[in-house]
Amino acid sequence: MAVVFERTKMLTDKQFHYCPGCNHGIIHRLVAESIDELIQEGKLEAGNVMGVAPVGCSVFAYDYFNCDMYEAAHGRAPAVATGAKRARPGTLVFTYQGDGDLASIGTAEIVHAAHRGEKIVTIFVNNAIYGMTGGQMAPTTLVGQKTTTSPHGRDEAWCGAPIKMSEMLSEVPGSYYIERCAVNTNANILKTKKAIKKAFQYQLEGKGFCMIEVLSTCPTNWGLSPVEAMKWLEENMIPYYPLGVKKDKGAE
Amino acid sequence: MALTLMKGSEAIAEAAIRAGARFFFGYPITPQTEIPEYMSERMPEVGGCFLQAESEVAAINMVYGAAGTGARVITSSSSPGVSLKQEGISYCAGAQLPCVILNVMRGGPGLGNIQASQGDYFQGVKGGGNGDYHLLTYAPSSVQEAIDIMMFAFDKAEKYRMPVLFLADGIIAQMMEPVEMPEMVDYKVDPEKKPWACTGWKPGDDPAKRGVINSIFIDTESLSEHNEVLQEQYRLAKANEQMWECYKTEDAEFIITAFGTVARIGKTVVDQMRAEGHKVGLFRPITVWPYPYDALKAACCAPQVKGILDVEVNEGQMLEDVKLAVEGQKPIEFFGHFGSQFPTTGEIRNKILEMKEAM
Repeated sequence: MAVVFERTKMLTDKQFHYCPGCNHGIIHRLVAESIDELIQEGKLEAGNVMGVAPVGCSVFAYDYFNCDMYEAAHGRAPAVATGAKRARPGTLVFTYQGDGDLASIGTAEIVHAAHRGEKIVTIFVNNAIYGMTGGQMAPTTLVGQKTTTSPHGRDEAWCGAPIKMSEMLSEVPGSYYIERCAVNTNANILKTKKAIKKAFQYQLEGKGFCMIEVLSTCPTNWGLSPVEAMKWLEENMIPYYPLGVKKDKGAE
Repeated sequence: MALTLMKGSEAIAEAAIRAGARFFFGYPITPQTEIPEYMSERMPEVGGCFLQAESEVAAINMVYGAAGTGARVITSSSSPGVSLKQEGISYCAGAQLPCVILNVMRGGPGLGNIQASQGDYFQGVKGGGNGDYHLLTYAPSSVQEAIDIMMFAFDKAEKYRMPVLFLADGIIAQMMEPVEMPEMVDYKVDPEKKPWACTGWKPGDDPAKRGVINSIFIDTESLSEHNEVLQEQYRLAKANEQMWECYKTEDAEFIITAFGTVARIGKTVVDQMRAEGHKVGLFRPITVWPYPYDALKAACCAPQVKGILDVEVNEGQMLEDVKLAVEGQKPIEFFGHFGSQFPTTGEIRNKILEMKEAM
């Protein structure tokens, strides 16, 4: 019998620990499938892949991606990836980071990795909240959004408006390709995969820093069902965080 | 081999390259900026990588990334910068990553000053970061000794899979001394010798050999097991790696204990006072972790010893280890300065004479 579909080899058999309705599972698979396809297409040698997991909900990503992996300190994944990439320049190196990790404690590392034009790809999963620690306000939390540390809703006058990392990093000269995606519909899932694969291809071509931001739901900490959470993302997150290519030097 | 006159910081940097280091990540800070400056010129000449990081925090995490591939990696900084590195140092220790970290100590706390100091002894040997870990920590007292230690530092780091720390006061980095520079070591990453490293694992290979550079062990049993692995390495290091120097202690009635540059001042005091007829000796730990407790006790608790004078450029940090070794068997006094003021031979001599008179 002909095989028409199989689980990607770039994910291990380990069962994900993610909550029901969380988007990490989809995004993991898109990353893994993209790498697998590049190997199948002969563009990347199997074994020449290194990933860096963050601190946060995807802290155990080193157990899921089926390649050499690092687990970095909170926010430091781009610096770890820099060291790894400089030591083995021929490999595909990616970081996988959430918004607390990348947009708060790790702002220096992500900005300077982009600034140096570090030849790495960052997968930035933005769900507008700290998931692992139980739903605290993130720099990306929307104005008015209730969290355990903004119980009356985020007050812009007190703690600022949510930070737009993709727009910010697209202004950094060293960044090469930045796109914001979402995995709320089948069409958007396909677009996200296309973006991730393009970023990887740019890296294999020796281009500069690439980041794919993926808007994601957190039903558990938003206090919504998975379906309601998806609707909340469409009605609240996408209008503030518009999807699309923010920068693509390859298309200029 | 001919002796060359070299500045300490440059000699240490060159020794690291000759010992096989091909990656340097660092950030400028006085009094060790000559190290990154030297590396920026020299690393490309040997096919290595020099990268100026955006911070010491980033630099140590770049070390984590590069050392995870099995390469020989080094970073350097000075006290406030080394404080910033503590997070990453704890992660390197937890992930069992061999690497070398240089602390060219300056005065503290906080920004302190930019002159030489020994104020980071506690931070270096009692654990500056979180968790139960140690660093194999060397306190060289001359440029040549720093070079000689560097030549085996990576071997030790790899043997025990732990970071090595050089606790050098600013004088070591800033002074020039005639040195003999060893030959270049030919180091290449051998995946067989470093099965834990990220060297190109692919699906289908032995799952146990997949590189996972990690310090998180989320359940209590596995974290306990992991710590036991670390502790076993520390036990082995304690058993095998202690280094010290006894200088004229055999018949000494008074023994100076000191580390780093201060020990050299102490040696001059020993010679001067012996010429005056006083039986003075010096005990100098070269590894400050593991600390040579037994060797210090053997020297300092010999029957003829009447007193011990610990001398440091801090408030008496190593003094605690001297006391632990001596176990109350002999009187111990302390002499030191803060703020990078180094004790003079006259000050140390007067202190010993005071101790002698008081007995």
